[in-house]
Amino acid sequence: MNQYVLFKLEDESYGIEIEYVKTIEKISNITRVPNTKPYVKGVINLRGEVIPVIDLRERFGLPIRDYNNDTRVVIVSIQDYIIGLIVDSSSEVIYLNDNEVDNPPVVGEVNTVEFIKGIGKKDGKLIMLLNLKKVL
Amino acid sequence: MDISQYLDIFIDESKEHLHSLNESLLSLEKNPDDKELINEIFRVAHTLKGMSGTMGFTKIASLTHEMENLLDAIRNDKLTINTDIVDLLFECFDALEEYINVVAEEGEEGEQDNRDLIIKLNSILNNKDHQSESNIKMLEDDKVDSGNNLNQYVTNVIKKAQENGLNAYTIEVVLKKDCMLKAARAFIIFNTLERYGEVVYSKPSVEDIEDENFDLSFSITILSKSDKNSILEELNKITDVETIEIKKVEITDSMDNSKVIEKTNEAINEKQNKTQTKTEKKSKKKNNKVGKTVRVDIDRLDNLMNLVSELIIIKTRMEEVGGNSENHNMNEAIEYLERITTSIHDAVMKVRMVPIDRVFNRFPRMVRDLSKDLGKNIKLIMSGEETEVDRTVIDEIGDPLIHLIRNSIDHGIESPEERVKVGKEETGSLYLRAYPDGNNVVIEVEDDGRGIDLEKVKRKAVDKKIITEEIAHNMSKEEIISLLFKAGFSTAEKISDISGRGVGLDVVKNKIEAIGGNIEVETEKGKGTKFTIRIPLTLAIIQALLIKLQDEIYALPLSSIKEITTIESQAIRKIQNHEVVLFRDKTLPIVRLNEILGVQKSKDKDESGELITVVAKKGDKEAGLIVDKLIGQQEIVIKSLGKYLSGTKYIAGATILGDGSISLILDINSLF
Repeated sequence: MNQYVLFKLEDESYGIEIEYVKTIEKISNITRVPNTKPYVKGVINLRGEVIPVIDLRERFGLPIRDYNNDTRVVIVSIQDYIIGLIVDSSSEVIYLNDNEVDNPPVVGEVNTVEFIKGIGKKDGKLIMLLNLKKVL
Repeated sequence: MDISQYLDIFIDESKEHLHSLNESLLSLEKNPDDKELINEIFRVAHTLKGMSGTMGFTKIASLTHEMENLLDAIRNDKLTINTDIVDLLFECFDALEEYINVVAEEGEEGEQDNRDLIIKLNSILNNKDHQSESNIKMLEDDKVDSGNNLNQYVTNVIKKAQENGLNAYTIEVVLKKDCMLKAARAFIIFNTLERYGEVVYSKPSVEDIEDENFDLSFSITILSKSDKNSILEELNKITDVETIEIKKVEITDSMDNSKVIEKTNEAINEKQNKTQTKTEKKSKKKNNKVGKTVRVDIDRLDNLMNLVSELIIIKTRMEEVGGNSENHNMNEAIEYLERITTSIHDAVMKVRMVPIDRVFNRFPRMVRDLSKDLGKNIKLIMSGEETEVDRTVIDEIGDPLIHLIRNSIDHGIESPEERVKVGKEETGSLYLRAYPDGNNVVIEVEDDGRGIDLEKVKRKAVDKKIITEEIAHNMSKEEIISLLFKAGFSTAEKISDISGRGVGLDVVKNKIEAIGGNIEVETEKGKGTKFTIRIPLTLAIIQALLIKLQDEIYALPLSSIKEITTIESQAIRKIQNHEVVLFRDKTLPIVRLNEILGVQKSKDKDESGELITVVAKKGDKEAGLIVDKLIGQQEIVIKSLGKYLSGTKYIAGATILGDGSISLILDINSLF
């Protein structure tokens, strides 16, 4: 059984294994970094650490939306990388048993499907589980 | 047992030991008769053997073991030091260093094979051993025990026993091939022998024999009152034994040997006394040091440094907020805070300082090897090794220094014959000095060689089309010297392994400038050359100029800024699609920062009129950077952008400003 942090993008639920998630922050001032990929929004100051943030909407090719009060930055740490992911909102942590996780769909939204490593099902909801390495 | 947790300690300590080994070897070469040094080297080899053995690095252990054997022979006067032996010891040192490096990188000792070295060590040892061979042969090729100590011990015991009228015998036993319980059989033999006397030595060791860790044969040395035949008779009663051979061990039968041994024993005793007192002194010294130092993981220091940086940032912010307030107390408090943060900053910086010896210590060996290769006599004189610099600087300064030293040895200092001819001492001197100077550290590399031939430099530069004949004619000395640092310039007439591989002084200069330093040369023909390097104490905190492009703030390292000026936009000309402007009679290339950094231009911005220009320099190249607004000079703390964004074009890092926002630091070197 694994624990996942859930967040939302465009009314769909996504999940990241909890061990990768350091903190979840409200969005703060972002300093643009020139000459980077468009979805890299820049860097933020997280308690004295300089952390790059990427906009998951743009990364997944979803329509761009202004940040609002619900917008969150999920700070993930994988291998030596520490990166913030900008998401629409994030609220809960759930448990998923192995038998509640399916393989990713063969067909689906073409843009996002490569970042998904599995589909979790809980209480009738579908949760797309992110393959973080692919996202970065 | 999981040893990985001790790996770091092992590597650290091994490096320390290797360092002292290197030093001892170098001084041994100069004072081959210094027994104290041999002892020191022996001690290091022994410690390394023990440590690597514990860690399971058998190759290191066996190499150090062989070194020990050789060193032991030397300190017992069985061997005299000669250059071959010193060279061999240096080779061993190299091999050990290699092993440790592999261990540091991979956590394992790697596949490197040094059987050759071991064979060499052994052959030196064996050659000499023939001359002073005692009848106790059996210990010679012992590789399991710390043989030589035992050897001495056994010799001593036997000698004493002989004085007391006991006989010493070595009994070689070979068991039958079909013997079922070898250990038990051996045990019976041991028991039998113990009835006759005292077993003083066995090979393999008693433990190994008990564990049946032996083939079919083993040998035992005993002290006994009985004579040879009665022992043999008794042993022959034991079954399952193929052959038994008893040899009487007599150390006194050759007077020379006993003398040698006696002498060495005395010498050892004496030495032990000496070393004891000395080590006592030393350990006293060391103890003092040990009591006062703590080994700290560098990550923790970095963390501490980060926190201090935070403190500085918040202090700056307080100053901004408090500076406007009318409250007298508040201002006082802020001033106090400022003083304290400055002190803390200094203190933490000091903790991160390491003596420049870390870089310097490899040079004596390098100079020795190079001068040997080139057949030159060179004396390296170092001073100020204790000068401290930040560890970030240490990592960067090594390569440029190596380059300069190689240059001096290869091109600077003449061959002995040449030196004698021009009336100089046969041995050339190479000075390496370091000393602190304000917020900088100065490092000088000076030789008393032939100096730089300025005419030759000029000719070369003309040949290589770096300058024209005409310009060459009117050049000042300084200008000619600056040619040395031009890319693609190398005066070496023949390309040697040591310098002149096309990598010239320009690389040295770039590297030093990249860490915010500078380099100067003084040279006099026939007298010598002196390179003076000036580097900042630290790279973590720098003075920077903050500028604005639209509403984005960027930081430019002050060390690479030459001046700030304004230019008329009409004065900008286009040459081959590059914008330049004539500035102080030179063409200055223009870099529009907001273009290369993709800052959106506001439409109402007036592109004509005066433009604020920051003149930046890299080496002797200059460029004018057009900015929108100047904010001012500030001390900034350099932070990395993290692995994900590392390598971003034009950006060297980031810093956090007083208001908590992030400003990017421009990599001026990349703009050229």
